[in-house]
Amino acid sequence: MKVLDYSEIEGRSGSYIGWLALLGVFLALGGAAALTMEHYGHAITGMNNQVVWGMPHVFAVFLIVAASGALNVASIASVFGKSFYKPLAPLSGLLAIALLVGGLAVLVLDLGRPDRLIVAMTYYNFKSIFAWNIILYTGFIAVVYVYLWMMMERRFNAHTKKAGVAAFSWRLILTTGTGSIFGFLVARSAYDTALMAPMFIIMSLAFGTAIYLVTIIAAYRWTGRELGFSVIARLRSLLGTFVAAVLLIVAIYHLTNLYITQKHDVERFILADGGVYTALFWVGQVFIGGVLPLWLCWHKRWQSSVTATVVASLFVVLGGLAQMYVIIIGGQVLPLEMFPGFDVTSGFSDGQVARYTPSVYELFLGLGGVAIAGLVVSVGVKILRFLPVSLADSAVDPHVKSAAGKQ
Amino acid sequence: MTAQHALRAFLTLVLAGWVTASAVAEVAHPVIPKGKGERCVADTSVMRRNHMQLLKHQRDETMHNGIRTERFSLVGCMNCHAYVNSQPVSIKDERHFCNVCHQYAAVKIDCFECHASTPQPVSAAVAPEAHP
Amino acid sequence: MSEHQEQEMEGGLSRRQFVSAGAAVAVGAVLAPGVFLHSVAQARSPAEGASNYQRWGLLIDTNKCRTGCDDCVSACKKENGWGNEQVRDEQKVQWIRKVDLKEHHTGREVSLPMMCQHCAEPPCVDVCPTGASFKRADGIVLVDKHICIGCRYCMMACPYKARSFVHEDVIHGDAYMPRGKGTVESCTLCVHRVDKGQNPACVESCKEKAMTFGDLNDPKSEIAQRVSQYATRQIRADLKLNPGVRYEGI
Repeated sequence: MKVLDYSEIEGRSGSYIGWLALLGVFLALGGAAALTMEHYGHAITGMNNQVVWGMPHVFAVFLIVAASGALNVASIASVFGKSFYKPLAPLSGLLAIALLVGGLAVLVLDLGRPDRLIVAMTYYNFKSIFAWNIILYTGFIAVVYVYLWMMMERRFNAHTKKAGVAAFSWRLILTTGTGSIFGFLVARSAYDTALMAPMFIIMSLAFGTAIYLVTIIAAYRWTGRELGFSVIARLRSLLGTFVAAVLLIVAIYHLTNLYITQKHDVERFILADGGVYTALFWVGQVFIGGVLPLWLCWHKRWQSSVTATVVASLFVVLGGLAQMYVIIIGGQVLPLEMFPGFDVTSGFSDGQVARYTPSVYELFLGLGGVAIAGLVVSVGVKILRFLPVSLADSAVDPHVKSAAGKQ
Repeated sequence: MTAQHALRAFLTLVLAGWVTASAVAEVAHPVIPKGKGERCVADTSVMRRNHMQLLKHQRDETMHNGIRTERFSLVGCMNCHAYVNSQPVSIKDERHFCNVCHQYAAVKIDCFECHASTPQPVSAAVAPEAHP
Repeated sequence: MSEHQEQEMEGGLSRRQFVSAGAAVAVGAVLAPGVFLHSVAQARSPAEGASNYQRWGLLIDTNKCRTGCDDCVSACKKENGWGNEQVRDEQKVQWIRKVDLKEHHTGREVSLPMMCQHCAEPPCVDVCPTGASFKRADGIVLVDKHICIGCRYCMMACPYKARSFVHEDVIHGDAYMPRGKGTVESCTLCVHRVDKGQNPACVESCKEKAMTFGDLNDPKSEIAQRVSQYATRQIRADLKLNPGVRYEGI
C-alpha cells in the first residue's frame, strides 16, 4: 500500500469563514446562555427540584458518549490492525477530543457553581462514579492526544498500536463510567441496572460512527478532495450493525423490565402512556434513530447513494438525542415509589408525573457545546494534517477492484 | 531595534507601572473600622496574614465535626467587626470591615453570598465556650 | 382506642423519663463530671465534636399526625430561612413536606412529614463527586455548601426526594442557616440546635407530639425504647439504607 499524503485544508474560502462564523454565533449564544444562567440561577431554566437534569445533560451526555464512539474508527485501524481504516484514524482522534470538550463544557457550565470547578478538581470522593468520570474525561483527552501524536509523528509510528490500545481501553472504561452514572442510581426504577453501561457503549459506537461519517463526507465535499465510495460503504455497513445492536439492547432492557412487575409502571410510562416521552421513544428513538437508518444503510435501493448515508447518519444523531432525552428526562419525571400500595399526594407533586419544559437557555447551552466540537474540528483540520489529500478508492484500498466487483 | 532600545523601552514600562501603582496606593488607603470588642482573638499581625486559614479550618471543623467554638467563628468575627461608628453594617456597605481591605487588595470573597455579614442576635450564636 | 394508647404511652414515657433522670443522677454521683454530661447525652461543650457514640434519629407517629396541619413545615421554614422563594412551584425548596397517603384497597388515610431520612448508608453521600454530601459521626447527613459544585447528582440518587437545589439568589432573613444559590440543601436535623442540646424545630413545633427526637444508640432514650417496643417502619426499607427517621402507624 502506498504512503498517503496528509495536508491541512486551505481554509481561506468564503464558505469556510462563513461556516466558522455560523459556529461562532452558536458559541456566542451558548456562552450568553451560560452567563445568564449563572447570573439569575437555574430559576430561568426548565429544570426544577424534580427534574434536576435537563436539556444541557441531554446534549452533554450525548456528546461525551459520541466522543468515545468517534474514536472507534481509529481503534479499528490500530487495535484491530485493519489497514484500510488507517488513513481515517487521525480525524477520528480529533473528532473524539472535540466532542468530548464540547460535552464537558456543557456539563461544567450547567453546574450550580461553575466558578468552583477547582473544587471538583481538588476534592474527590472516590466512591462516586461522577468523580471517577471527571478523571476519565480529562484523562481521555490526554490519552487521545498522545495517541494522535504517535500516529502523526512519523518517528513515533511504532508506538501507535500501544497508544491505540490504551486509548481504546480508556474509551471503553469511560463509556462504562458514563452509563454507570445512571446505572448506579438505586433510587429510580428507570435506571438501577448494570445494562446501562453496555447500552451506553453500543450507543457510543452508533453515534460516533454517524458523526464521523457526516464529518468526513462534509470535509471532503467542501474541500473538493476525493472521497472514494468504499470508505463510505464500509463505514455505512458498520453504522448499520451498530444501530441494529442498539435496537437489540434497548429491546433487552425493556423486555427485562416488562418481566419485573415492580418495573411495570416505568414500562407503561415509556412504552404506552407517557405522552411526549412515549412519542420520543417510538418515533424519535426507535423509528428515526433505528428503523429508518437501518433501511437506508441496508436496503438495495440506497446502496450507491451518499445522500442516503448522510441522511441515515443524521437520523442516528437525532434518534440518539431523543434516546438521551427519554433516558435522562423520562427517567426523572416518574414519581419515586416510596409508599407501595398507597395513593400519594403532597404539595411537592409526590405521586405525580413531574413536568419539564426546556428553556431556550438550556437549548442554546447544549448547541453551544455542539458548536465547540464543530469549531475544534474545523480549526484543527486547518492547522494540522489530519486529512489525507485523497481518499479515493485507489488510494486507500489496494484491492479496490475486487471489492468493487463484489458489490 | 537594538538591544539598547529594547532595554530603554523595558525600563520605561517598569517605571510607568511603578508610578501608576504608587499613585493608586496613595489615593485609596483602606480605612479599617474599629472592632467593638477590646481586643481581637489573635494578634493583628497573625489575623492579617492567616485569617483565611483560621476561618477555613474553623469552617471545616464546624461543618464536618460539629465543633462550635467561638474563637474563630465567622459569626464571632461579625459580632465584633461588622460595625462602623458603632452602627451595624452589612457587606453591601463599602465601609464594612471585610470590604475595605478586600476591595483594596482586589480579592473577591463569596462568604456572604450565604453567610450573614451583620452581627447576629444572641439566640443564633452558639453557647459560650467553656474555659478549660 | 387511640386515646387509650396515647395515655398508656404518656404514662410509659413519664415513667421512663423519671427512671432515666434517676439513673443519670446516680451515675453522676459516682463518675467524673465529663462522663456525667455524656450520659445525659444532649449537652456537650462546643469544643467537643460530634461522636459516633450517638446516632440521632427521629420517630414520627403518624397516628398523631393530622392531615392538613403543617406546623412542622412552617417551623422549619422559620428556623432555616427557606420558603420565600420567588420561583415556580416545582423549583421551590422543600426541606420538609407533608405527604398524604390513601391505601388503595381499604381507603385508610395517613398523613406524615417527609424530610431527609438521615440514612446510615446514604446514597447521596456515595454519589457526591466532591464529598460535599457527607454523614457526620453522629449520623446526621449534611451538605457542605462550601464544596458543593451544584451538580445535583445527590438529588438523582436520593430515594426520598428530600433534597432541593437553590435556583435563585437567597433573600437572607433572620434565620441562622447559611444558604446560597447554586448549591443543594436538605434537612439538617437542625444540627445547630442539636449541637446546643435542643430539639429540632419541627419536633418543638408539633402540638400533637407526633415527633420524637433522640439518640438511637442510647438504650435509655425515649426514641430507642419506643423503636424497640413498637412496630416502626423505615421508608424504602428494601434499599437497606437504615434511615435514622422512622415512622409508626403507616
